Amino acid sequence: MSVSTCPSERHTALDTTDRAIVVATQAGLPLVPDPWGAVGRTLGLTGEEVRSRLVRMQEAGIVRRVAAVPNHYRLGYLANGMTVWDVDDAHINRLGREVAMLPGVSHCYRRPRHLPAWPYNLFAMLHGHTREEVECQAEELRALLGESCRDHRILYSSRILKKTGLRLDGRPGAGRQPEPRR
Amino acid sequence: MIAMPARQSVSATTPAAELDAADRRLINRLQDGLPLVEAPYAAVAAELELSEGELLYRLERLLEAGVLSRFGPMYHAERLGGGLTLAALAVPEADFERVSEAVNAFPEVAHNYRREHRLNMWFVLATETPEGIAEVVEAIEAATGLAVFNMPKQEEFHVRLHLPV
Repeated sequence: MSVSTCPSERHTALDTTDRAIVVATQAGLPLVPDPWGAVGRTLGLTGEEVRSRLVRMQEAGIVRRVAAVPNHYRLGYLANGMTVWDVDDAHINRLGREVAMLPGVSHCYRRPRHLPAWPYNLFAMLHGHTREEVECQAEELRALLGESCRDHRILYSSRILKKTGLRLDGRPGAGRQPEPRR
Repeated sequence: MIAMPARQSVSATTPAAELDAADRRLINRLQDGLPLVEAPYAAVAAELELSEGELLYRLERLLEAGVLSRFGPMYHAERLGGGLTLAALAVPEADFERVSEAVNAFPEVAHNYRREHRLNMWFVLATETPEGIAEVVEAIEAATGLAVFNMPKQEEFHVRLHLPV
């Protein structure tokens, strides 16, 4: 199996210093008045260099933003539904853009079907305080998709099994070539 | 540095955290991103009419309480040159704990959720290289004895995760 790379994605090369900053901050940014200086001290860089490199990575879209990632459950969003839709391929790109604009949708992607077990090609994550709230949002999606949608499901999450976020290997030389697996 | 739990297991029965008005303003503000300026926490604290010390104290407490799962740069896996995909397994109920442990043991598994469907385990894989995805998929199939449904994104429709509290 291979991954299709989306043609709109730019691959921006990171130098070893950028990469060291990614590894040093991927678990989180230090909670001190000068977080850039704190990261820099662990890497032998000035705070200003760390900050300006993060600015550049943010401008290039490598860093989406430096932000808080909430735990949906602990914020009272107890109903987290991954809604999946079997949408006519001819209209999915236009409809996907419209679905992504609806309030309550946190992520929206086109993904491959796996027929016959999995006919769904549009994924939209919905978050509500109750399942009723999620189902109302799903009704709005259903109305928007109209006749282009053959079927849909709401897959609620019932447990977070792991949530660590993206992790790069911090070992020297990692990331230049695939690591041999056991 | 923030100590991140290696593994969280928050169930749907975990009660919502008690948050005061300042916590709510802080969470809403920081979901939009920290300005990359010289003293970033002081800048946000001034916007929210908090002191810098109070903002840092609250942020640390929200992370410790698990209200925030993380605070820091959100990296775009593909633009880092890596591979990213969503994958699912149909796990027999009796085998769920074993498979869950086997899947979570892979450092490439960034998130893993149990969901209510025949495909009842859904996880995100992030690898150093685009080619790494196929290798990890194969290794997970070997470790679990189950077929992985690999569902890499073909198109991303842009939204911004923002949960008002």
